[in-house]
Amino acid sequence: MKKHIKTLNKANLKESAVKGGCGECQACTVANQKCEK
Amino acid sequence: MIHKYSLNGYNILLDVYSGAVHVVDDLTYRLVDFTDENMTEQTPAAAYEALGEFSREELDSAYAELYEAFERGQLHAADDYEKFADMMVNASLKSMCLNISHDCNLACEYCFASKGGFGGERCLMSEETARKAIDFLIERSVGRRNLEVDFFGGEPLMNFDVVRKTVEYARSKEAEYGKNFRFTITTNGLLLDDDKIDFINREMHNCVLSIDGRKEVNDRLRLDWGGKGCHDRILPKFKKLVAQRGDKDYYARATYTRYNLDFTNDILYLYEQGFDQLSEEPVVSDPKLDFSIQESDLPRIFEEYETLAKKLIEMKKAGEKINFFHFMIDLDQGPCAIRRLRGCSCGNEYVAVTPQGDIFPCHQFVGHDEWKMGNLNDGSFNVDIKKKFARTTIYNKQKCRDCWARFYCSGGCNAINNEKNGSILEPYSLYCEMEKKRLECAIMMQAALADE
Repeated sequence: MKKHIKTLNKANLKESAVKGGCGECQACTVANQKCEK
Repeated sequence: MIHKYSLNGYNILLDVYSGAVHVVDDLTYRLVDFTDENMTEQTPAAAYEALGEFSREELDSAYAELYEAFERGQLHAADDYEKFADMMVNASLKSMCLNISHDCNLACEYCFASKGGFGGERCLMSEETARKAIDFLIERSVGRRNLEVDFFGGEPLMNFDVVRKTVEYARSKEAEYGKNFRFTITTNGLLLDDDKIDFINREMHNCVLSIDGRKEVNDRLRLDWGGKGCHDRILPKFKKLVAQRGDKDYYARATYTRYNLDFTNDILYLYEQGFDQLSEEPVVSDPKLDFSIQESDLPRIFEEYETLAKKLIEMKKAGEKINFFHFMIDLDQGPCAIRRLRGCSCGNEYVAVTPQGDIFPCHQFVGHDEWKMGNLNDGSFNVDIKKKFARTTIYNKQKCRDCWARFYCSGGCNAINNEKNGSILEPYSLYCEMEKKRLECAIMMQAALADE
């Protein structure tokens, strides 16, 4: 049980760079968008 | 790179290049300053000295957790995304803003589109030009299935017959070309009637309803050509549209100015009126105007975003359904890193078309002829401008290179950068600061809502 750190996500931007780029997500900021793949 | 901040009682570490978000105790919040991308398993001696009020055992325990995050790639992850910057340079077109009307039945004081005319002749798009635009999008969207078309203006409802016919025309092409059109529309609501509401709710994937909130706020700047406010005329129509819309997306979309920096009250007012999908944007206007947001307003705006975030946490914890566009952030299923390098991809994957058939990088560039990319009627299309935007990423915006927020804002709005700083490559600092504050609030909200 972690005592000092609570990590909120399993985000892996690096993985998304390799798997991403399909271009099908809906087209100003991207922060509030979701991947549609 | 790590961005750390404390807000509303939460100590937050954002590991910029992995996207990981950590909520930490006070000790770890201070201890992280003694770590970097070369950290080892051993607690640094300097930390024992500087943080003498904590026991070695406590420090070692916290450091071990930091090191564990480092080992799994969620702390001090490296920036190795620049190699992907050219990935979408040859991307095909995906979405289009169709300026179906360069005219408006309102004359809002703050309108970026010169009260609907975009600084030129007031006119409506013909059915023929709209068809050419759809054909252009189909032809230029090689390899894509999902296409977006936004009916915009001016006021699109002033040309609703062409809106209908354009949707019908595009739908007739979907099967033949293997495309799926998603339509959206932005309206001031004045011309809404039962027939238009039915059509919008059936055909529009999303609709944006322009209303600034409280009557006195809305009617101060959202005026008709006779100088009268529109609040009482549009509110019942918007309520009716939303009541009949079911689960489909919409946003009640407000603009805040220097006159209503207490905009939380406008969000809450709209919620009380029955709208639960809400957006509140800072005005885009000449800084010399009275209602324009100034740098000196930032502390007040930051305070207001915090007030709004705390209120939304309270409401969500009480089970109320309310969604504020700029605090939406999906920490696990957000856009891929490739998308984040450019954001909206205006001028590359996204263009705007005027009633005259002129093509611009986006709706905000319309009327600025130096950015005209071509014309549907003469078949011209300047690929050099497309390439210029395609190569515009967070890696060639110098100001973004050291910024923690760049994978969330994607370098800001190119049109605003150009308008305010004379270059699409130079982000406008006032907007950067507001975006960063919204992000900090959005992430803090995630921490608070996970803290059940």
